[in-house]
Parts: sequence; structure tokens; C-alpha cells
Amino acid sequence: MFSSHLSPFTQYEVVIGLEVHAELITKSKMFCSCSADFFGAAPNTHVCPVCLAMPGALPVINKEAVAQTIRAGLALNCTIAEDVRFERKNYTYPDLPKGYQITQYELPQAVNGWLDIDTPDGVKRISITRAHLEEDTGKLVHENGASLVDYNRAGVPLLEIVSEPDMRSIDEVNEYLTRLRQILIYIGASTGDLEKGAMRMEANISLRPAGSEALGVKVEVKNLNSFRAVRNAIAYEIARQERILRAGGQVEQVTMGWLEAEGRTYVQRSKEDAHDYRYFPEPDLPPLRIERAWVAELAASLPELPHARRQRFVAQYGLSPKDADVLTAERPTADYFDALVAAVGEDMPAKKVANWVMGDLFRLVNDNGLPISDIPVTPEKFAGLLKLVAARTINANTASQVLKTMFKTGEGAQTIVQREGLAQVSDAAALETLVDRLLAEHPDEVARYRAGKVQLFGWFVGQVMRETRGKANPGVVQKLLKDRLNS
Amino acid sequence: MSHLPQTIHEARRLLRSGAMTSVELTEAYLERIAQMEPDIHAYLHVAEAQALAQARLADERMAAGQDTPLLGVPLGVKDIINVQGMPATAGSRILEGFMPPYEATVSRKLREQGAVFLGKLNTDEFAMGWSTENSAYGVTHNPWAQDRVPGGSSGGPAAAVAAGEAAASLGTDTGGSVRQPASWTNTVGLRPTYGRVSRYGVIAFASSLDQVGPITRDVRDSALLLEAIAGHDPKDSTTFSDAVPHYADMLDGGVKGMRFGLPREYFTEGMHPGVEKATREAVARLRDLGAIVEEVSLPHTDYGMPVYYLIATAEASANLSRYDGVRYGYSAKAPDLQENYKLTRGRGFGQEVKRRILLGTYALSAGYYDAYYLKAQKVRTLIRADFDAVFEQCDALVAPVAPIPPYRIGEAPTDPVALYLLDVMTLPSALAGVPALALPADFVEEDGAKLPVGVQFIGRPLDEATLFRIGRAFEQANEVA
Repeated sequence: MFSSHLSPFTQYEVVIGLEVHAELITKSKMFCSCSADFFGAAPNTHVCPVCLAMPGALPVINKEAVAQTIRAGLALNCTIAEDVRFERKNYTYPDLPKGYQITQYELPQAVNGWLDIDTPDGVKRISITRAHLEEDTGKLVHENGASLVDYNRAGVPLLEIVSEPDMRSIDEVNEYLTRLRQILIYIGASTGDLEKGAMRMEANISLRPAGSEALGVKVEVKNLNSFRAVRNAIAYEIARQERILRAGGQVEQVTMGWLEAEGRTYVQRSKEDAHDYRYFPEPDLPPLRIERAWVAELAASLPELPHARRQRFVAQYGLSPKDADVLTAERPTADYFDALVAAVGEDMPAKKVANWVMGDLFRLVNDNGLPISDIPVTPEKFAGLLKLVAARTINANTASQVLKTMFKTGEGAQTIVQREGLAQVSDAAALETLVDRLLAEHPDEVARYRAGKVQLFGWFVGQVMRETRGKANPGVVQKLLKDRLNS
Repeated sequence: MSHLPQTIHEARRLLRSGAMTSVELTEAYLERIAQMEPDIHAYLHVAEAQALAQARLADERMAAGQDTPLLGVPLGVKDIINVQGMPATAGSRILEGFMPPYEATVSRKLREQGAVFLGKLNTDEFAMGWSTENSAYGVTHNPWAQDRVPGGSSGGPAAAVAAGEAAASLGTDTGGSVRQPASWTNTVGLRPTYGRVSRYGVIAFASSLDQVGPITRDVRDSALLLEAIAGHDPKDSTTFSDAVPHYADMLDGGVKGMRFGLPREYFTEGMHPGVEKATREAVARLRDLGAIVEEVSLPHTDYGMPVYYLIATAEASANLSRYDGVRYGYSAKAPDLQENYKLTRGRGFGQEVKRRILLGTYALSAGYYDAYYLKAQKVRTLIRADFDAVFEQCDALVAPVAPIPPYRIGEAPTDPVALYLLDVMTLPSALAGVPALALPADFVEEDGAKLPVGVQFIGRPLDEATLFRIGRAFEQANEVA
């Protein structure tokens, strides 16, 4: 490279590609019938001759894992391959029982997809090179100077999603990961639970002078187990590589690890030490032929995906993009909202319903820590409450209180309103008497108001509401007060 | 041992008639083993107590009226096939003392059908060899000439059957490992179609080639045993789901009008005249029986050896990676991980296994993969096509099994390539995945010893029934002659 012509004012562009490993949700492991739900289990209790690589054991493909991979591939707009082949990736490590990992290499399950992300400049399409299926390794545990191996995780199906180097900033990376995780959770392919290691990331990072087409030398950073680690590692690498380039040096092509505690990358191996994995087709597994009818069946099993749902919430419900984003962030919330809007019907605009959900309901859900799908206030019950508001039977304040009670008791809104006599007083005659009495009792305030202290209007309203314990219809009260005070 | 039956079906006749119980029969075999083993060393493990327990169970089943072809019949199993409760060494130091925690599908099937396992039989280490000389646990002696090898790698199973130390046995054939020892011990050895018999629980050498096959005294036994072990296994994705025929009911019918091919490429330089003579005589016998025998060509035969040694070693290099001293088997217990790998594998594997791991690793390496492994796979397709083409014109092939009769222990060709040429006649059919049946044809005299020579019939995929029918006709004609 002709780094010498670069001036100290050269702007660098960062080029980032990501590899994401996501544990798939399946009942059993990739090649045996051991339960894949191993989290928290005692070490080496989810194992069998196959996943321990006992002499003579053979793998059998878990169809459910293939189905999940195809569903993920479809959700990421990939072409689903008809001919798929597993291969052996050979390397030696104690957590890899067979001494090779069975993975898809030359003929992966899904190729040439994309994922749209939001950027300040609008929607950007990140290309996805491939999404393929492989098996996870066991786990090394270092204790009292000894290393122990737990094979519970060995053979758990793993989806590897490889992007093109299409990202140009940490924000784009963060957005890509957030969207990707959201999709995988939406379609039920992965829990996306980062704390349990259900998603692990690797980033390829390189710099090039802004405007240059050629790619710079890339550095691969492995073992990134949280989005924060991804962001920090990339930030660190950008700074490190820029420093090297500015000093006229060259970035070395290496594989790096990330030291979370120290906040720095370190070289794991250089290009010369790169593994030769000696891939070859797995002779124990015949190539897979993926029937188109099956793919169609799996496509039909996919839910509406987050991006489409967001757009629909804007178009159909008239929500702002920001609100639509909040309400579609998680599928159960979006499901709840769809059901709620349907149940409320024409009685209240969806935008208003959204405010109720994002305000009062979210507060209650957060305080209770229950998943929205399990709360006692079903969309139907909540709709009952909102209909009372729409009909002005109760006002907003009362409705907030009733919602709290509903959350606690699981009762319907009508039941609570009736029992506690919370129905709004809209009877003008009754309120007229009350307003007249109030004005008679506070001649000073009336005088001050009439002398121009119009701010007192709110105080009068408040007094009426207090007298009626919030049940008065605020519109009626305001009209009455205005009539009396301004006459 | 006059009261020992010669075959499975004879043993069944004795058991059924009540002339003997399975326990008595098993005891007789155990006695025979005790008597023969100092000279033969076919067994690596004799499972006396378990065999007798199985025999008692078989007697109970017979008392309850059961009558199945293997019920109560004592068999031996090559020590590369897992049998519950018995060690499995694969003839290797690295698996010394290893007790498999599960049973191979073939063993389970035989157990369910009431067979009795006498013990585990010697093999070249991980089935890599021609003589059992590569076994970490000593060489097996050929019962026909005890200073000679029995062939291999299923030398233990072949010798045990030849010496009457089991009614029949199971071996494995990767490149000829059932047929060649059968040919050298005057027994019947079948390599089934690849995918006909489950490999689950069979310690892998080369996954795309390994196949379990029976070694028996006659063709009927071979048919009985194949029927007992064949069939689809949900635990082995490479098995066929085709129904298993009742082979033993399909033995008769003869070879009249059948068309045989005699592959001209199998008559190589350096072939022992006795082997060539035995094959020519077999051809003559087939013609006498009314068959048509024509010379055919399998043009890619010469590539069988290099293709086999690239593919088999490549697969083996990966298959043997699991022996790392971490979970089971021998471990050098060195404190450092890399050191432990080196010492464990360095001490645990023998020379031939190491040589093949190196070959296979090399063939798969970046920069060599296309020239070696990939090229070998392409040529393998051509070799298959050779067989497809000849089976258009003929029902089966007739061919020699090994170019020479059994050699003296310790007198194997010293050049590995010369040694590898020993199985040029069994490799192509193994690569093509087609079935082949080796059976006794003749004897040659060498230094006063009478050395068995076999002949093999190679058939269409999944057409073992035709091979048995041919074998039965040939066997009967031989008995008369």
C-alpha cells in the first residue's frame, strides 16, 4: 500500500463485517437426542456416546435444527439452498470431542440475503453472505489450576450468520445486531439471550482512506459475547489501526481476542499461524436435499417480521415511526397491541391506544416484571377499560386507577367501576349545584379571577374534581365554570 | 472336538433337536477356545461368564418355544465392534481397557435374536492391515499353517471360524478386510453393499468404506448372519431403508444361464500361479454349471490403490482425532495439554496407524486437497462407473481375492507400496460400495503347507441374494469335486 502519500488530515473510513453465532431453539442437540436445554444443568449430564465422540458413535441430523436454519434464512431474505452438505472442520481442542466440528462449508443452507437497518441517513441494506448450521463445542472451566471440560453444550445446534463488510460505523453495527437479534427472537429461532451465551459475535474490522474502494487489511476479533463488547472492541481497533496508519505503518492481518476487563484486543494468532481446517465432506451424513414444499411450509410458519410490522403500525395505525418501533421491539408486545387495537375497534384511535400502552401499561408491566403475554389485563379487558374512557363513563385519571386494580385482581374494568362507583358525573344539573356552591363559598377567588387572575381557573376545576373524587366529567365542569365565571 | 457343529445351521439343528443345550454348546466352544488359543491367538477377550449367561437365556427362550436362526449359537465379534460389557480395543494400545458404554447396532440385533457372544477377536490396529501383525496385542496364527498370518484386518474372526473357535463371526471390511482373511483361512467372507449394515457402534477407520460382514463356514451361514444384521438403522444415516430379503431362502436356483464377467485387470504381475489357477478353475466350474463367463474390463482398476489410500487415510485422519487422552482410553497424563496430546497419541498409536494419519492429513491439507483428496473422489466416481458398466452386461464378476497366499509371520513385503498392492483386487469393489462374497476355491502347496486360496464374486448394489445363490452353487460343486 502507498501509505506514504497519506497526509495527517486523511479521513479514514471503517469497514466492518460481522459473524454471529446464535444457538438455535431445538428440543435435542444437532446430531443426537440429548436435550439441548442444558443451561444451569450439572456438568456432563446432557451427554451421550454421540456428543462425547465415543468410538463408533455416528451423527444423525436433527431436522428441527435444519428447519430453524431455513426459517432464519428466509427471515434474512436469503436464498435457501436445495443441496446442502455437512463437512468436517478439523482442529484439536479439548472442548471439541471428535477433533472436528461438523459444519456446512461449501454448500451452506442459506446464502445471499440482507437485513435492513435504520441509519440517520435512512434505511441501509446490509448484505448477508450466508447463514449455515453447525454444532457448538463444549466448555472449558478453569478451577484451582486445573482445566475441566463440560460437554453439555457440545453438539448444540448453532446458526452462523455471516454479513458482508457493509457496516461503516459502530452505530450501524449496533443497529444490525439489534435487528438481527430481534428477528431471531421473533421467529423463535433463538432466545437471543446474550447472558446465557446464546449469541456470540466476531467482527472483521479494517480501515481505508475515505473515498478509497480497495479494502484495507482486516483484523478479526473473536469471542465477543455482548453488544457492548462488540462496540468497545471495534472502537479500540479503529483507534489502534488509525494510529498505525497515521504513523505510516501497516496493519497486520491477525486474529484477535478481546480482553473485556482490560478493554483491549490482543493477538491470538498471526496469518502465518492460521489454522488449516482441512475441510472435507462428512462421510457419515449423506448430502441433504431440501424439498421446496418444505421450504414453502416453513415460510408460511414465519410470523410478520419486525421491520414489516413497524411499517404496518405506521401505515395502519397512524403511529409515529418511533412509537411503532417501541411497540414492535418485542413480538409479544406487538401481538398485544394488535389484539388490543382490534378489541377497541372504532371507539378510540390507535394512536391514543398506543399512548395508553406505552404509558400506563408499560409502567405496570415493568413494575411487575411479568412478560406482557402473561399479565392479567388481557387485551380484551384493557379494551373494556378504554371503551369506558372513550364513552366518557370514566375519565383518564380514574381509568389509570382502575387499570392498576385490574392488574392486581384480574377483574374487568366495568366490575371495578361499578363496585367502586367510579362512573364519571356528567350530569350537568348535579354539577351545576356543586359549582354554584363552590363559587359562593369562595368569593375572594371569584373576585381575583374576574380581576384578571385567569390562572385561578385550574384551581376551580381542581376543587370540583376533588369534591367529586375525580369522577366529574372535566369537559362539563370546565364549561360550567366558564359560563359562571365569565358571566 | 467331534461334538462341535461346523456351522450355524448345524448348531441350530443340534439345539432344536435337544441333542445339546446352548449352555453345553457354549461350554464346548469355550473348551475349544482354551485348547486352541495358545496356538492361534484369535481372541483378545473371552467373555466366559457373559457367554454362559446369554446361553442360559437362549435355553430359556427355546424352552418357551422360540426357534430363530441364531438362537443359542455361539459367535465371535471383531474387537472393533462394540459389545456391551466387553472391552473394545480396536487392536490399539490407545483403547487399552476401554469399555464402551453402549452397544453397536449389529451386536444389539444379534443379542436380541439370541446369539451368544464368546468374546472379541483380534484385528490389525483400527483395521489397518492385512495380517493382524499391526495389532497391539499380538499376531493371530493361521490355523491352516500356524507360522503364517491369517490375513487381516479381520484375521481374528477368520482364524476363529477356521479353527472351530466360534460357529461364525463378524468382521469388518474397509478395503478387503473380511474377504482377504476369509480367502486365507478357507472360510466364507462377505462384504455387504455399503449401507446395507449399520456402522453404529463400529469403531470407524474410513467411514465411507467401512462395512460389517460375516465370516462363516458356508454360504448358508453367511446368508443367515447377513439377514440378522442388515437393515436400516435410524442411528446410521448411511444405511439403506430397502427391506432385507430372506437370503437363506434364496440360495437355490444355481447359476445356469447367468452371465459372469472376469475382469482382465485383476490378473496382475506378481500374482501367485496357484491363485491364478484357482481362479481359472473357478471359471471352468461356473461354465460346467451352465454359466456364461466372459472377460470384461474395469479400466480404472489401477487407480483403486491410490484412490483408496487417499480417501481411507483422509477419513481416518479425522476419525482418529477423538483419541486425544481427554475423555477415555489411554492418556499419558502429561501436565501440559500439547504435551499430553503428543505423548498420548505417540505412545497409543502404532506405526501403521501413524503413517496413515500422516498420509490422510497431508491429502486434506490446504494446497493439496484438490490434487489429492478431491481428485481421488473424482476417480472414485469413475471406478463406480466401471462397475455400473459391467453390470449392464453381467450378473456378477468372478475374481481372485488376494494375489498371493498367506505369508509367513514377519515376512510381509517390506516396501509399504508393495504391501498396499496386496489388496488391489478388493479395493475397487469397496470404493464402488458393491457387495462381494469370498469363498474357498482351492489350496496351494508351499513348503509342505496346504494354504487356502479363495475366489470372490462381486455383485450389483443390494444384490447379495444373487451372490449367495452363486456361492451356494459354487460351494456345492466344490464339495462334489
